[in-house]
Amino acid sequence: MTRYIVDRIVQSLAVLLVMSFVIYGLIGLMPGDPVDLMISADPKVTAEDAARLKALYGLDRPLLTRYGNWLKAALGGEFGYSRLYAKPALVALGPALVSTTILVGISFVLSLLIALPAGVWVATRPDGPADRTVNLACFAGVSMPPFWLAILLILTFAVGLRWLPAGGVPTRSDVGLGEQLRHMVLPVATLTLLQIGGYLRFMRAAMIETLRQDYIRTAQAKGAGPARVLLKHALRNALNPVVTVVALGFGGLFSGALITETMFAWPGMGKLILDSIMGNDFNLALVALLFATLLVLVGNLLADLAYAWLDPRVSFTEREGGP
Amino acid sequence: MSEALALPAPGDGFLGRLGRRPLAVASAAILALLAALALLAPLFAMLSGIDPNAVDLLQRLEPPSAQHWLGTDDIGRDVLLRLLLGGRVSLFVGLTAALASAVIGTAIGLMAGYWGERADALLMRLTDGIIALPLLPLLIVLAAVDLTKLGLSAELAGSETISLYRIVAIIALVGWTTVARLVRGAALSVRTRDYVLAAIGQGASPWRVMAVHILPNVASPIVVATTLSVGNVILLESVLSFLGLGIQPPLPSWGNMLTNAQELMTSAPWLAIWPGMLIFVTVIACNLLGDGLQDALDPRAQE
Amino acid sequence: MQALLELDQVSKHFPLRGRGLFGGRLGTVQAVSEASLAIARGETLALVGESGCGKTTLGRVAALLHRPTAGRLSLDGSDVAGLGRDALRRLRRKVQTVFQDPFGSLNPRLTAGFSLREPLDIHRVGTPSDRNARIAELIVAVGLRRDDLERYPHQFSGGQRQRIAIARALALDPALVVLDEPLSSLDVSVQSQVLNLLAEIKRRRGLAYLFISHDLAAVEHLADRIAVMYLGRVVELAPRDLLLRQPAHPYTRALIDAVPRIEDGRRRRAVLKGDVPSPIDPPKGCAFHPRCPRAEARCRVQRPVLAIPPGRAAAHLAACHFPLDPA
Ligand SMILES: Nc1ncnc2c1ncn2[C@@H]1O[C@H](COP(=O)(O)OP(=O)(O)OP(=O)(O)O)[C@@H](O)[C@H]1O
Ligand code: SF4
Ligand SMILES: [Mg+2]
Repeated sequence: MTRYIVDRIVQSLAVLLVMSFVIYGLIGLMPGDPVDLMISADPKVTAEDAARLKALYGLDRPLLTRYGNWLKAALGGEFGYSRLYAKPALVALGPALVSTTILVGISFVLSLLIALPAGVWVATRPDGPADRTVNLACFAGVSMPPFWLAILLILTFAVGLRWLPAGGVPTRSDVGLGEQLRHMVLPVATLTLLQIGGYLRFMRAAMIETLRQDYIRTAQAKGAGPARVLLKHALRNALNPVVTVVALGFGGLFSGALITETMFAWPGMGKLILDSIMGNDFNLALVALLFATLLVLVGNLLADLAYAWLDPRVSFTEREGGP
Repeated sequence: MSEALALPAPGDGFLGRLGRRPLAVASAAILALLAALALLAPLFAMLSGIDPNAVDLLQRLEPPSAQHWLGTDDIGRDVLLRLLLGGRVSLFVGLTAALASAVIGTAIGLMAGYWGERADALLMRLTDGIIALPLLPLLIVLAAVDLTKLGLSAELAGSETISLYRIVAIIALVGWTTVARLVRGAALSVRTRDYVLAAIGQGASPWRVMAVHILPNVASPIVVATTLSVGNVILLESVLSFLGLGIQPPLPSWGNMLTNAQELMTSAPWLAIWPGMLIFVTVIACNLLGDGLQDALDPRAQE
Repeated sequence: MQALLELDQVSKHFPLRGRGLFGGRLGTVQAVSEASLAIARGETLALVGESGCGKTTLGRVAALLHRPTAGRLSLDGSDVAGLGRDALRRLRRKVQTVFQDPFGSLNPRLTAGFSLREPLDIHRVGTPSDRNARIAELIVAVGLRRDDLERYPHQFSGGQRQRIAIARALALDPALVVLDEPLSSLDVSVQSQVLNLLAEIKRRRGLAYLFISHDLAAVEHLADRIAVMYLGRVVELAPRDLLLRQPAHPYTRALIDAVPRIEDGRRRRAVLKGDVPSPIDPPKGCAFHPRCPRAEARCRVQRPVLAIPPGRAAAHLAACHFPLDPA
């Protein structure tokens, strides 16, 4: 087990390293470079000055050398300065991470609270009218363009009914907690609605699969007690794959909320990534992307560990005790 | 057992099984209708005499009328025509990127599963690596890459066609992993069968073994995965175009038609409704069709 | 006369790798070690031994499906070692295999006709109509009907499928057919029919067979010579009657004694005791020594080589320090 964990961590670090190079290379291919930006901001800079500046920043050296230098600095905790925020890139990242964690965390918990029980419920009456309706609703959820869902919610609740504010964060900072929560309702609802469908369908499938398995049938045949007890045991087994899948997706949520954050002007990781890329803030974009990758990798790692931990083949009869 | 021929009963075939799934059938019909309308869009433009790209600042944000059935957008262009033309783009991107992903995934999956060992380990690490990436930010970076820095002329890099193919290329670049895993799994299990060994023993080339013995075994899951991915691609395309990183105007796509929708939400809400509605309908139709195909093609569902 | 197939000190060892990209080598399965034997044109050589002794592996090496890890293999005068991939593919048509399990050796998605045509298509034999005529002729030759060509494997019985597999093996007119336990997955009643078919085909076409079986009784009728394998090595090789009546190797003796004979009413001697050791870590010296009733100190240290035992015919080879006396 320890060996496995170490292996997986080493693998993840390798992926991260490769990704840092890929992203570094890609960022170098984005429109404009720092010196050009400086020139456009200050017409007095001559061509010679520009060349000297490029040499100073090492921009005339080969990609690999530049990457090597960046990596050395990065390993020393030095990720450069953010142009947009005018502070060290890492420092700019902090508040965004906090905002995203709040938004993603709440909607994640909410969607699981709705999806898992509902998934179990429809799994016990497969292909009935309730199941079909829920199924269609799930498909609608996963097929919804996120920005359009946001637009619809804003149109309905902010523009039409005027119940809720459309923006993510109160414009004045002296408002109370209630007002702040009101601002969160629409973004949280958007993210929750987008997530429920996937989780619900997965929970339902896992549950149906477990209920179909032999040991459940055997237990049923042997008269393993009331349906409720049976369901509990099936649930315990069905939850394992669900935990794995949920953990797999969790890391991605941090950057996956990009659209929702942008639509509601929520100052999180996703919006920061988009803004930094669009605003030519290369240092910040690089750190933010790497951090997003790191989070996904951690999610995958946790999923693998969860999978190894929860042995899916828990013997039903053993747990059940005597007759 | 040989005497009792296991002939399938009428209606038991694949089409029969699909036919018993009304949602899938309806989805197929909707997709066919959308595709037909999109294909005929230039014809409609000709017949109505309206230029879908003509800017007319005197007719900005007109509500629906006899001349403009769905009204006009913020610079006076006909919304209906642009929707139909945008459908061409979205469907084209969805189909080509999904097919390209399927082709890449099949090739990689076959290589990994057939030659096995080191090649397999290497390719599957690559697949795991790509799956472990934050997809949307990565696509945004790829979409933002300045093609002139890759040696393309400025004129070419800014052209409409490039914005179209670039989005197909970047989605295919990250989208092949599902099919690759499917094909690899099948290739791994099929390649040790005796009938594959028999074919090799007769002198069959690896290509022949793959084409005759391995691919038919994975055809169904590939079809299902590709159908589902058409929907996903359209969704991704719309997101990127919405952000201004995908299809570049004046070429319309459902995504880029929504780019300004948020600002115009109060004055012309219909502009925000239609393109999103079409994306939604197309994507859900692809997903429902894929789901129906999966059930209809799955031999286990035949019980 | 030059032998059709010649194996000279051929070994096939499989590395046991750990999983993953950098998985290290965990050990080696010595499936076949230093096997030497030859098959003449038109001859049937039977290969017998317990499960796991390497018969299938040796058969696959002979059918050019595995490259040997050591030793020399030549088929019809060409040394396989020097051949490139394409030349190897062309040479493969001279040796074909009939597999043990006819349920696995036919692609369930293809009709019998397609499976039969495949070898002809691969080597582009004749025109397409020639090929159709040829497969019609083949299916009749193995006792099935022409319209069976249109049917799928699941529509046939096990015996019928094995007939199709045999027809497929004959399609390219090979000089040698490797029969890897072609009877053992069939019903007893069907076994003799298929055996008769194999005998008839051999008589008519002058084919050579490498007939693999774990059961001595199954090969008695067809074999010209018999080779006995134990833990990857050939331990005795002799003409059929010599080997069956006067075995020289204690292992062969034990195999013969394990076959129930009607005339005895009961088995004559104690059957082999103990398990077959692992081919990953075979015993030193004579690999059979842990189970051999005649084993002595020498057997534990020195490996016996295949040679003519004292007082035996020149065609009789055995690998034993203390061979049995001719009865
Ligand atoms: N591809 C392979 N990789 C690793 N080990 C193998 C491989 N093929 C065979 N072996 C091993 O080599 C040994 C000999 O196997 P082989 O199939 O040749 O025996 P056999 O005599 O045909 O047995 P059986 O009567 O069961 O068919 C076995 O221990 C087997 O596990
Ligand atoms: S060499 Fe020794 S152990 Fe091996 S078979 Fe002969 S007598 Fe038995
Ligand atoms: Mg075998």
